[in-house]
Parts: sequence; C-alpha cells; structure tokens
Amino acid sequence: MINGNLKATYAADEQVLNNAYKRAFVYGMALLCAALPFVANDYIILVAAQMGIILIAVVGVNVVIGYTGLLSLGHAAFIAIGAYSIPILHTLFASLGVPEGIMPFLAIPLAVAISALVGIVVGLPSLRVKGLYLAVATLSANFIVIFLIELDAMAPYTGGFNGINTPEANLLGWQLDTQREMFALIAALAFVTILGVQNLFRTRVGRAFIAIRERDYSAEVLGISLLRYKLLSFAISAACCGLAGALFAYFYARILPEQFELVLSLQLVAALIVGGMGRTMGPVFGVIIVVMVPELLKYSFGIIAGGSADVAALRAPVQEIVFGALIIIFLMFEPLGITQIVDRGFRSLNRWPFARG
Amino acid sequence: MLEVRNLHLSFGGIKALQGVSFTARAGEITGVIGPNGAGKTSLFNAMSGFYTPDSGQVLFDGNDITRLAPDARAALGIARTFQNIALFRGMTVLDNIKLGGHTRLKTDVWSALRYFGAAQREEIAYREEIEERVIDFLEIDHIRKLPITMLPYGLQKRVELGRALAMQPKVLLLDEPVAGMNREETGDMARFILDVQQEFGTTILLVEHDMHMVMDICSHVVVLNFGHQIAEGTPAEVSANPAVIEAYLGTAV
Repeated sequence: MINGNLKATYAADEQVLNNAYKRAFVYGMALLCAALPFVANDYIILVAAQMGIILIAVVGVNVVIGYTGLLSLGHAAFIAIGAYSIPILHTLFASLGVPEGIMPFLAIPLAVAISALVGIVVGLPSLRVKGLYLAVATLSANFIVIFLIELDAMAPYTGGFNGINTPEANLLGWQLDTQREMFALIAALAFVTILGVQNLFRTRVGRAFIAIRERDYSAEVLGISLLRYKLLSFAISAACCGLAGALFAYFYARILPEQFELVLSLQLVAALIVGGMGRTMGPVFGVIIVVMVPELLKYSFGIIAGGSADVAALRAPVQEIVFGALIIIFLMFEPLGITQIVDRGFRSLNRWPFARG
Repeated sequence: MLEVRNLHLSFGGIKALQGVSFTARAGEITGVIGPNGAGKTSLFNAMSGFYTPDSGQVLFDGNDITRLAPDARAALGIARTFQNIALFRGMTVLDNIKLGGHTRLKTDVWSALRYFGAAQREEIAYREEIEERVIDFLEIDHIRKLPITMLPYGLQKRVELGRALAMQPKVLLLDEPVAGMNREETGDMARFILDVQQEFGTTILLVEHDMHMVMDICSHVVVLNFGHQIAEGTPAEVSANPAVIEAYLGTAV
C-alpha cells in the first residue's frame, strides 16, 4: 500500500503518529481540549464534558467489541457500577474519617477496580458462547445490575428507583464545584485512557486481543490463552467504563438507575460503529457524532417547534430514528467508520502531490 | 523429540487413528503421507492439542503432553501451520508474524499500558529480530506492510510459515505446506523448509500429498491409511513397500 511513510529505522517505523499531518491533527486536538475551559461558554463545556465521559466508556467498549471481537451489549452496567461506587465509597470513607481532599484518589481507583472485577464475571460466558449469544448474555448482565441497584434491600445504599445524590470531587482541597473544573479532570483522564489503550495495541497484549478476534484457534496455536485474554479484555474494558461511571457521578449532582439502562449500552455501541471499530480514534469521532446528534436535534426542533409542545414531543422518537439510520448507513457504506474516511484523507495528503487517491 | 505412542482417536463410530506410533527425530524432517481420509490432519490436531486422543500418548522431549491445551504446547516450543491457511486476515503481514513471538515476549499489561520504557525496548528489539530471522529469511520484505487479503495464495502460505518461525519453535508441524501450489511455488517452499531445518536445526514434521517433495526433503516417512500406520522408514524403503503401493494404487489385477 503506497502511503508515503518512508522510515529509516525500525523505531521510527513503530511510531503511531508516523507523519507530520497525523501529529499536527492529534496535538491540535489536545491543545484545543486544553484551551477549552478558558475560552468556551458554559453550554460548550457541558457538551464537551458529556462527550468526555462517554468517550472514556466507548474506549473501553472498543477493547472488547472492536479489538477482541466479543459482542457486548451490557457495558452500561459497568458505568453504573463505577457511578454508584462513588457515593457509597464516599459514605464509607466519611465514616472512617478519611479527609475529603483525598477521597477521590481512593474512590476512583476502587470504583475502577470493582468494575474490572465485575467485568471478569460478566466476561465468563465469552469462554463458551460467541456472537449474538454472548450479546444476549451480556445484555442480561445489564438488566441484573440495574435490578440489583433498584432492589429494596439495596435502597439504603443506592437510593433504589429514586437515585442518590452524589458528592463533588475534592482534589487535595481543590473543590471541583463547577462543570468547567470537572471538564478539566474529565479531559485529562480521557486523554490518559486513550493513550493507555493505544499503548496496549503496540505490544503483545493488544495483538493477542486482535488475534482472538480474527481467528481464535490460530491464536491458541501461537500460545495465546483464550481464557486469560478474553477475561483480561473484559476487565480492561469494564475498568474504562468504571472510570467513566465514577466521573459521571462526580459530574452530576444525582444519579438514577434509569440512566444506565440498555439505551446507554446501545448508544456506546452506536458511537463505536459510527466512529470505527478496532481503531484508536474510532471512539473519538463516534462520540462526537453521538453526542452532537441529540444536541443538533434539540436546536433544530427548537426552531421548528417554535413553542409548540406537539412538535417538541416528537424529538425523542426522531432521535432514535436518526441513531438507527446512522448505524445502518455506516454499516452499509463505511463499515470501518469515520476513522476510515479520515485515514483516506491522511493518505492522500501524505502522498500529495506525487500520487492521488 | 516429538513422539506419539499407540495413539487411538475416534469420532463416534469413525476410527480416525488406530495405534499410530512414531518419533519425529530431533533436527530431521519427518513426512506423514497417506491417501485422503487417512487421518493425517487428525494426527496433527492430536499433536497440537485440539483433539484429546482416546488412548495413547504424545511425548515431547520425553514429557507426556497428551492432555495439554494448545496454548500450553505452543509455550513449550511446538508450532504448526494449517492446511487451509489460518492467518489473521484483517492484519498486515508484519502484525501476523509479530504474533508468532507471543510466548517469548515478556511485556505484561502494566508495562503495555505505559509502553514507553521496557515495553518499547522489547518491541523494537523484537522487530529487528523478526526482520532478520523471518522476513529477510523468507524473502517477504516487499509485502510486510500489506494486509493478508491482498496476497496471493502461495505467499500466504509463506507468511504462515513465517508466523510459525517467529515462535522460534523446537518442533514445526506443517500441514500440507505446498497444497494447491504450482511447481515453482512448491520448489520455493521446499527450499525454505530445508533452510529452516539447516539454519535453525528445527525438528520438522510435515503432512503432504506431493510425493516428489516428501521423497526429496524428508529423511523419514510415516504412511497412514484409514487410521492405521501401514509403513515407516526412509523414503526409499517406504516407496518400495508393497502395502504402501497397494494403498495408493490398489492391487494388481
């Protein structure tokens, strides 16, 4: 494949951002995120923070669906576990007399670890079943987790149907009481998550996941333990979702069980398909679309409805239709997602003016 | 080196292997031949861990590995290729070959997440190693960045051999390495197999229908027919054996 990437050393050839255009693009986006809290208005910050939270979760979903090829429709459960861990752990820490400024430093890693452990349990069926059967098994995990959260016996800890108020993050005395401050934390952690997951796929660990996706018996013959790597994939992916959940809890003042139902799981998968499965930038592009669509719809319905409640009531179903159409259009015409379109652009740029197309 | 003792394997009423015993001697090329349905691939599957035999043993360096899982056998140094190419089709040639070294590399999840440091050093050293030992060796440097789906059949077979070589195996099981190849491609592949044996001293066991190639490169040949082992010996001995001639050509009228 002519891509214009000509390298003199293996170290240079192993680089991910292997040409100036890609470097400019990624550094530019990072810079934009860093500048955002200082320049953007409250509305943009709110949308960007929502994107960041979902992005972290979709990066996790990408590990299990995109790279390991295990279809999971239950990832909202891990977000729920991460989110509910935060108020419960804060209450626990308060009773132990832990100072408030160091609570997030303990609560976030613990929430991530708990999610990862649950991820391993939910991943167990993947050793026996594949494809749609696995999708159904993980789907049921989603329902079970929500059921447990809503259970009367759990209500003192989770608030049951009514949800629970969540604490604000206090980092060593720095109270993150505005969305702007939370955005900074979310953006930083999203960056770290993407980098960490990208790094995995430069080594034997990530390659093993891809090998399982491509042909599992071949992977076994090369010495890759399916048991170990399938569960590891679920653990990493659930850990990312747990982190997203923890940030979700800190970001909003209150969490409700209904926020973590099947719709959220489907939204994560939709973002992944639109963005590009099994690609680092897939979740980034996908999340931008999936979060922008409802916002744009809200905006355009505001203009069309002009105060009419009848028209405004149509927004939710129209949103579902638009999501469904997006998934179908992408699967049919660009199954590798927006990443593929962007890649083509980069290839043309890099070869210009010596070759076209 | 790799030995099977009195191997029996059946699927319901079908007796795929009935008392197969032989040794693939260290550093030599051993051929397994037989008509279609003789049990050659079943034998390979039992040796690489996909089938558990009903009775009998598979021994590697004198240790019983009959019940070991495929990935554990790979870690011991047993590599194999498949009759109908089992490459990772969505990946490039280079990534396929890199996967061969999975059991030899040390990077764990924690250092993989950080990458910079130990993991990066290992990756680059490994890249240099496979470039020399596999990619140059098999003369596939011009295609290393191509996805598997863009390669012709003969080259795919070669890449699969390359992936097995990246394991630096002690024993290499090749399931029909030249099936469906033309004479020139067969000649190339035979040369590469001989090179592997001579350069790395790898013990090779191969299943093949191409008699010319088997007779040319194997030092020892085992003949199967309907799950029975009907002959064993040097190529010359085997091709003169009346039972072998009968299995392949039938009896004289």
